Amino acid sequence: MSSDRVWPEYDERTQAMVDAMVEAEERALAARKAELEDCECKEGMFPSGGRTATRRSFLATSAAVAGGTTLGLAAGGAHAAAPPGAIEFPVPDDPTKIQGRLTNDDGGYGTRSQFESEVRWRFPTATKESSWTMTPLESGHGIITPSGLHFERHHGGIPNIDPARHALIIHGMVDRPMKYTMADLMRFPSVSRFHFIECSGNGLTEWKEPTLKTVQGTHGLTSTSEWTGVPLSTILAEVGVQDGAAWVLAEGADAAVMTRSVPLDKCWGDAMLAYAQNGEALRPEQGHPLRLLLPGFEGNTHIKWLRRIEVSDAPFMSREETSKYTDLLDGGKARQFSFTMEAKSVITFPSGEMKLPGAGFYEITGLAWSGRGRVKRVEVSVDGGRSWRVASLEGPIMPVCHTRFRIPWQWDGSPAILQSRCQDETGYVQPTIKQLVEARGLDGGKWGSVYHLNGIQSWGVASDGSVSNVHHYG
Amino acid sequence: MSITMGDAVARCVPRACVLAVGLGLAGGALAEGSYGGPYGFGTPATAEEIAAWDIDAMPDGRGLPPGEGGYEAGKEVYTLQCLACHGPDLGGVAGTGGAALIGGRDTLASGKPKKTVESYWPYASTLFDFTKRAMPFHTPGSMTDDDVYAVTAYILAEGNIIGKDEVMNAETLPKVVMPNADGFIPDPRPDIFNYD
Repeated sequence: MSSDRVWPEYDERTQAMVDAMVEAEERALAARKAELEDCECKEGMFPSGGRTATRRSFLATSAAVAGGTTLGLAAGGAHAAAPPGAIEFPVPDDPTKIQGRLTNDDGGYGTRSQFESEVRWRFPTATKESSWTMTPLESGHGIITPSGLHFERHHGGIPNIDPARHALIIHGMVDRPMKYTMADLMRFPSVSRFHFIECSGNGLTEWKEPTLKTVQGTHGLTSTSEWTGVPLSTILAEVGVQDGAAWVLAEGADAAVMTRSVPLDKCWGDAMLAYAQNGEALRPEQGHPLRLLLPGFEGNTHIKWLRRIEVSDAPFMSREETSKYTDLLDGGKARQFSFTMEAKSVITFPSGEMKLPGAGFYEITGLAWSGRGRVKRVEVSVDGGRSWRVASLEGPIMPVCHTRFRIPWQWDGSPAILQSRCQDETGYVQPTIKQLVEARGLDGGKWGSVYHLNGIQSWGVASDGSVSNVHHYG
Repeated sequence: MSITMGDAVARCVPRACVLAVGLGLAGGALAEGSYGGPYGFGTPATAEEIAAWDIDAMPDGRGLPPGEGGYEAGKEVYTLQCLACHGPDLGGVAGTGGAALIGGRDTLASGKPKKTVESYWPYASTLFDFTKRAMPFHTPGSMTDDDVYAVTAYILAEGNIIGKDEVMNAETLPKVVMPNADGFIPDPRPDIFNYD
């Protein structure tokens, strides 16, 4: 390799995808900044966050109150000004001097505050049916992703399914082909597990150069929920798997009739037929009423709207495991069935597009995860990888689950490069992007796959406090 | 996996169930979330119910339905059902989401790979399977098996993978050798070793 580094070129289709994602993020950021225009927090630390965005509607509402609007009778419901998932209510000058909203007047299902407005943004694919959205990790707290902010990837839109009419058929190399209604499935002994799901395309824009600005753009295709369902092993035992079986096909009931082949070993292990997410039924975008959960495997394999499982002796070679989700390397060969999401971490505060108000104390925090088990250690560098300190991990540290890390930082006001790297319980340490590019033969102008980027993310902090996405290999 | 506990659990009275469960867990024989089974929920899936959903086709031809189709019929199907998004030259139409179906052979190692059915897809069965289940995009699953065989033949012939005189059916389709049939390798990861 020459010392004059030649960065790999994206192929035409990938480059178009990257360009479109840049545009989508710019639109999302512009919308955020427009909302913040009237706000004194304009120069705050969270220009793309959700804490202050409805200042404008706050002012409008105050004016309405002053004009004699009756408080406490907000039965009219949502105003156009309310952020998605919220309802706009009057804001009294002093909430201790007037009764608040009526109990259960929301119909029995709550909404978030009108002052919280973080949202997913969509990658602008040609159709809105086949598209994806990113989770706003920068405004997240703890490890759980709110169900309404879980990233999405759909190939044929979001089907609307009546659970009373939904069924799962399991057949093929089994002794007793069976059909299970949702009521049947919910009678089986259940388990609840906290797991992340990450799309293998997470970070696809970031191989070549720092491209998207926010952590929502660079890392927003991962989310964590508590999932509840039936171990797939329970169902396999019920139907009796025949000798010679080695793979299963999982199929969805969406317009793409999405299919992936899964090794039978995984199905006997921690695979789950999940019907609940964060304490309630799955969201439609997450597969309501039933999805396959394959902890640690790339997101596409967690088949949503699951209707059929066929047991076989060989993989089915569906489009999503041949044409897509394969990793073309230099030399023209492609890795197939690259299921595992490897250890990864990212600092979510401070992160891209934020602005630190000045030198002083900050708590650096972020998320770490591994498809191979528990996070064992996270280290943080504030000098571009020259020195590392071990961050504290918030318990419980669960296998194949986002883990929150935190570390104090006294910023002296000079330029800094923030990085995190994690090690999982197998001993594997998160690599640099450069190592990944070199190991997969993607250097020197050769380019194939954009999947499975788990490299170290760098955030540059300028002396004026502005934070931006940079590549830095230490 | 041993399910020998199952009958005992199913037959036992409640107090004994607790005992059986305790024994099972202590023995470590049972996965969490299972008390042994079988539980007997659900109903046997009938042949008709399975057939209604079992639409997949495998590389060796398993699952391919009766019927057949060739180039000329396929050209008609393509014009009606596919051309708007995939283009008159099968090169895709920008802005529709329709990908290029042919071309790009020998580009995979070039650094500017063009992945199409012709250049990248390892099995012809995948083309049939995907077209049948998910195409055309706005009316998925609406084509007859004959139409799917025909348009498969058309795309494969336009990609110079089969001749224009070849008819695709459950016998012939699995015998088609795709240009990139040997293009895939198993996942060797972890491929970076920073272990300390």
